[in-house]
Amino acid sequence: MNQLQNFTKGFFRENPILVLVLGTCPTLATTSSALNGMGMGLATTFVLIGSNVVISLLANVIPDKVRIPAFIVVIASFVTVVDLVMQAYVPTLYETLGIFIPLIVVNCIVLGRAEAFASKNTVLSSLVDGVGMGLGFTMALGILGSFREIVGSGAIFGYKFMKGDGILVFILAPGAFIALGYLIALINRLKKTSKS
Amino acid sequence: MAKIESTFKNMLLSLTLISLGASAALGYVYELTKEPIALSNLNKKIEAIKMVVPEFSNNPNDDMIMLATGEGDSLEVYPAKKDSVLLGYAVKTYSNKGFSGYISLMAGFKPDGTIINISFLEQKETPGLGTKMADPSFKDQFSGKNPGSFMLKVKKDGGKVDAITAATISSRAFCDAVARAHNTLKKGGLI
Repeated sequence: MNQLQNFTKGFFRENPILVLVLGTCPTLATTSSALNGMGMGLATTFVLIGSNVVISLLANVIPDKVRIPAFIVVIASFVTVVDLVMQAYVPTLYETLGIFIPLIVVNCIVLGRAEAFASKNTVLSSLVDGVGMGLGFTMALGILGSFREIVGSGAIFGYKFMKGDGILVFILAPGAFIALGYLIALINRLKKTSKS
Repeated sequence: MAKIESTFKNMLLSLTLISLGASAALGYVYELTKEPIALSNLNKKIEAIKMVVPEFSNNPNDDMIMLATGEGDSLEVYPAKKDSVLLGYAVKTYSNKGFSGYISLMAGFKPDGTIINISFLEQKETPGLGTKMADPSFKDQFSGKNPGSFMLKVKKDGGKVDAITAATISSRAFCDAVARAHNTLKKGGLI
């Protein structure tokens, strides 16, 4: 597999949310607006890149039986870094994302990529994988967030273009499920047509 | 390099080293971000105080006093003064009755007890419903009202506050927090 394929697989073929359906908890909870979704996506991207690179570097010195605790220590450190940095420099975004920043630690995508990819591949491939997967995640969160914001509050990136409230359910948790369901259906449909 | 075998010694060693490296890196980042975090928290507080009491020239943070609520805890009260004339008090108040529990807000009172303005510090209410508490259309109905005559309860409960549609619980919590601030000031003899 060349690096370009390695990079683009995170967007469609192996998109963490739309195809692998990993990490849906932060996906559903933080996409009430486009900005929140993308902020969450970028924070996760940073953690993914960092943990992928460090884990692929360390893969050979970590004995197999303790690999999961070792990976988690690395991931948790990166998450704490993100947590502190966001608290210091983007306090408003930090506040809206709240508990979901520390919870990146348990995001399946991060550990999943460490286990399935970074521990078996070179540093460069792991870096590319981290960037691709992270941006794929961000893209999916951005689309979901934009959709929910447009339909639910009649605004996009905080700019209101419509009077009134929109369809409230899309701002709430059930709306996240509904929107994600349709988005996955759409992607499956596209995949089917492109195959035949 | 060949993969290291999973012997007890190797496992112990690798985990210890990784943890050490991680804690060193974290300690460094913590030191680096400590000041900006403290600064942004302080700014946020001063910003909130500025929003709820008129122009002041003192540093309310230095003049802060703690006042007991009578419910076993106390609230932070920030007197706002201009040329040592008292303009009002900003009270950091809270309620645990929000739809998602704890909310915290800054309420400004004139020395006679009239509400000047209110701003949010912390809330986890439902986006699009309870979060409308922060909208002027809701919270501006409090401005210029004196809780002595303006009953701080939603209309459904016999008060005078117009609740937010579909967010009565959040509205109640808001009233609860403001009433707590007012009662505390009253008990403390400040208004």
